[in-house]
Amino acid sequence: MSLALIRLAEGDAGDLWSRMFDFSDYGALLGLVSNSIIAAAVLGIVGGLVGVFVMQRDMAFAVHGISELSFAGAAAALLFGVNVVAGSVAGALIAALVIGVLGAKARDRNSIVGVLMPFGLGLGILFLALYPGRSANKFGLLTGQIVSVDDPQLGWLIGMSLVVLIGMLLIWRPLSFDSLDSDVAAARGVPTRFLSFAFMLLLGLIVAVSVQIIGALLVLALLVTPAAAAMRVSSSPLLVPVLSVLFGLTAAVGGILLAIGGSLPISPYITTISFAIYVGCRLIAWGRGRRRVVPGYAGS
Amino acid sequence: MSAVLSLEGAALGFGDRTLWNGLNLDIAPGEFIAVLGPNGSGKTSMLKTVLGQQPLDSGSIRFACGPVRRGDRRIGYIPQQKLIGPGTPLRGRDLLTLGVNGHRFGLPFTRRAEREHVDALLEAVGATRYGNEPVGNLSGGEQQRLRVGQALAGDPLLLLCDEPLLSLDLQHQRGVSELIDRRRREHNTAVLFVTHDVNPILGMVDRILYLAGGQFRIGTPDEVLQSAVLTELYGTPVECIRIGGRVIVVGDPDAEAHHHHAGELPA
Repeated sequence: MSLALIRLAEGDAGDLWSRMFDFSDYGALLGLVSNSIIAAAVLGIVGGLVGVFVMQRDMAFAVHGISELSFAGAAAALLFGVNVVAGSVAGALIAALVIGVLGAKARDRNSIVGVLMPFGLGLGILFLALYPGRSANKFGLLTGQIVSVDDPQLGWLIGMSLVVLIGMLLIWRPLSFDSLDSDVAAARGVPTRFLSFAFMLLLGLIVAVSVQIIGALLVLALLVTPAAAAMRVSSSPLLVPVLSVLFGLTAAVGGILLAIGGSLPISPYITTISFAIYVGCRLIAWGRGRRRVVPGYAGS
Repeated sequence: MSAVLSLEGAALGFGDRTLWNGLNLDIAPGEFIAVLGPNGSGKTSMLKTVLGQQPLDSGSIRFACGPVRRGDRRIGYIPQQKLIGPGTPLRGRDLLTLGVNGHRFGLPFTRRAEREHVDALLEAVGATRYGNEPVGNLSGGEQQRLRVGQALAGDPLLLLCDEPLLSLDLQHQRGVSELIDRRRREHNTAVLFVTHDVNPILGMVDRILYLAGGQFRIGTPDEVLQSAVLTELYGTPVECIRIGGRVIVVGDPDAEAHHHHAGELPA
C-alpha cells in the first residue's frame, strides 16, 4: 500500500511538473507568441524605469489603486463590446488624474487610493458578472492574459509603452529633483505641479499596459519590485535605473519563456522571477553590510 | 551699490491676522541679515515672498532692481534639514548636479563642464571626501553641507536660508554657518537667514529683523536684542540676557511653548 502511495505521489509530481514546465514543440510555440514576448519586453524595460520614481515618490499604493480602476475600465469595455485596451487606458487615466488632483500630499494620497481601490475593483467585478462571454476572458484582466491579446492591440500596448519611455526620459532630471526635494526644486524654477501631473499620466498609461499583460492584481511585480530590488544593491543614479530595467526585462520575458510550454497562466512565472530577484538583491545587500561591519570592528 | 533685495511698505497677512505691515528693508550685497521671531510670525512667508511664491498684500518687493519671480536662479535656497533616507538612488555629488542642471528638461546627460562645476562646488563646501557616497548614508550635517553647495550652484546674489541649522549638532551648526558666512565675504552674496536661535550666527550677523505679534524691529544685534525693545515688541515683559557671548531671551511667551526641550529660550 505504501508503495502505491509513493507511485501516486510520483505520478502527481510528474503531472504537476509537466503542467508547469513543458518544452516540447517549443520552437513552434515561440513563433506563435513572439509578439507577446516583444510587448512584455517593452513593458519590462519601461516598467523598470517608471518604478524608480514610483519608489522615490512613495507611490506603490497609488499604482495598485490605478490598476484596479484600469481593471474596472477594461471590464466595462468588455461588457459593452468596445476596445478593452481603450477601456483600460481610460480607467487608469481617470484614476491617475483623481489621485493627482486630490492627493498631492502623500498622506491624502493614501486615503484617496484606499477609497478608490475597492470601488474600482467592485465596479470591475460587477461588469464581469454581467458579461455573458467566456470566463477565461474575465479572469485574464485580474491575473494576466497576454497570450490572448490580439496583434493590433499588442501594437497599441507597445506604442503606449514607447510614449511613456520617451516621456520619462524627457522629464527624468527635473522629476528627480522634484522627487528628492520639491521645495528646493520649485525655488530653482522646476514646474513641480506640471511634473507631478505629467508623471501621473505616464504612470496611468503604463499601468493600463501592465493590466493587459500581467493583470490588475499583479501590476506591482513589474512597476515596483524591479526598482525596489535595484535600490537594494546600488545608490548610483545611473546604475539603479539600468539594473531596474534589466530586472524588469528578465522577469517579464523570462516569465513568458518558462510559461508557454505549460498550461498555466503566465503571471505567476513573472511574479516569481521578479520576487526571486528581489530576494537575491536583499541577500547581496545583507552580505555587503556584514563585510563592511567586520573590518570596522577589527579596527576599533 | 544698490540693494540686492528691497522691500517697501510691505504687508502680508492671512485672514484677519497681520504678519507684518509697513516693512521697509534694503539688503546690501554681502550683508547678513537674520530673521528671528516665534513660530507663525511670518518668517517662512517672507522667504516665500522673496521666492515669488507668495504675493504681498500691499507694498512692493524688488530683487536685483526687478520684480521677484518664481524660479529666479540668482537666488540660492537652503531649506530646513530634512534627512534624506537610505536607499535614495543619489550620491552626494548628484545632489549638487541637480542644483546645476536639475531644472532642465531633456535627455538626462551631464556635460563635462557641469561635472567640473560640481567638483568645484564639492571642494567649496568641503564635501569632496563623501561626494561619491550614497547620500542616504550621510549624516544630517554632511547632507546640509551638500545643500549649501546645491544653493551655490547658480552663483547666487542672495542666499535664502530657512532654518538650515535645525537639528544639527553644535559642530555641524558651526561648520554650515561658517560656510554661508565665507560665501558672503568672498563673493559678496547677501544672506537672509531665518532661524529660531541666533546664537550660532551671532558673530556673523550684520542686522536682525525681529518679527513678533504682527510687528517688527530692524537693527544691529545690539540694538534689537535688548529687554526694552523685545518687551515692547511682544507687549509683555521679556528679559534679554547676554552670557558669555550668547543671547538668551527669557519670558518670550511664544518661544516658551516650542522650546521647552531646549533648556534655554533662544533669541
